[in-house]
Amino acid sequence: MAKVIVVTSGKGGVGKTTSTAALGAALAQRNEKTVVVDFDVGLRNLDLVMGAERRVVYDIVNVIQGDAKLPQALIRDKRLDTLFLLPASQTRDKDSLTPEGVEKVMTELKKHFDWIICDSPAGIERGATLAMRHADIAVIVTNPEVSSVRDSDRIIGLLDAKTERAERGERVEKHLLLTRYDQARAERGDMLKVDDVLEILSIPLVGIVPESTDVLKASNLGAPVTLADNRSAPALAYLDAARRIAGETVPMTIPGERRGLLGKLFGRRAA
Amino acid sequence: MSIFRFFSKQTSAPTARERLQVLLAHERASVGHSDLVAKLREEILAVIAKHVQVDGDKVTVKMDRGETVSTLEVDIEIPLNAVRAA
Repeated sequence: MAKVIVVTSGKGGVGKTTSTAALGAALAQRNEKTVVVDFDVGLRNLDLVMGAERRVVYDIVNVIQGDAKLPQALIRDKRLDTLFLLPASQTRDKDSLTPEGVEKVMTELKKHFDWIICDSPAGIERGATLAMRHADIAVIVTNPEVSSVRDSDRIIGLLDAKTERAERGERVEKHLLLTRYDQARAERGDMLKVDDVLEILSIPLVGIVPESTDVLKASNLGAPVTLADNRSAPALAYLDAARRIAGETVPMTIPGERRGLLGKLFGRRAA
Repeated sequence: MSIFRFFSKQTSAPTARERLQVLLAHERASVGHSDLVAKLREEILAVIAKHVQVDGDKVTVKMDRGETVSTLEVDIEIPLNAVRAA
């Protein structure tokens, strides 16, 4: 049974595309057939982060408008043969994404994939609402920073109101992915702590990705963080997060935390 | 300066946390229907304008959204000759 994940945040620049690529690759590495779908029509970037920018021929709008068949538009990853990309259109305007068209594409993707990961554009306009429309699971990417937390709260409200699941009276499974976290600054009291953000947003935590130069390095290379260097701190965080999304129980660690004896003995309870 | 900061141990994260908690409590409450305090402000001004010719410059409205209590402060200068004929 295919699962649809939306990676969303409201605010721009918090790491949605990076997280989509990293989680997509991590799930595909589990040998589960995965497609990452870019919903940012007009400002596509998932192709670039995935290193597939030179192989884009058709995009999601071509499929919706019937100019191309879905298999023609899907790009297979060169490193993982279980990973595919459905790019967004760069030239069309946002209105070429229609609710009926998106539904048609999602229905067809569900027949062929285990995981469908939708990379939402920033904002709360059509692209963002269509990206979350069919989601079973939402990954809310948040930075430990006031404007990001506020926008995430707004998005959580939309997930409870504007998705198919919400309209059927069901719930979208929501997960908080905290990115660009700096444990040293949080310990000094200069950055919101993990527990602060969790208390304010009150949704379960799926991962803590540390602020790291490895993220920029990976996007420079056009490789998902989890493929560029699978031993780097952000890669480990994303690999664990992907396992949690897949239903495994993995103990939560705060990257860069100096753990005392008690902490070592008792570990940290994952949400 | 830095020596004072060292002793007072002022950190910014607790302020961020408090500001967010207050803000979001209000935003969550106002989703769907419009913000109560803003609505009160509009209606109170409308009622006053019905009876008194109000000079826009002579009206001060202050709103303070607090954690448990919000205050709406409407300060209007009413000149003696401004009362409208009923």
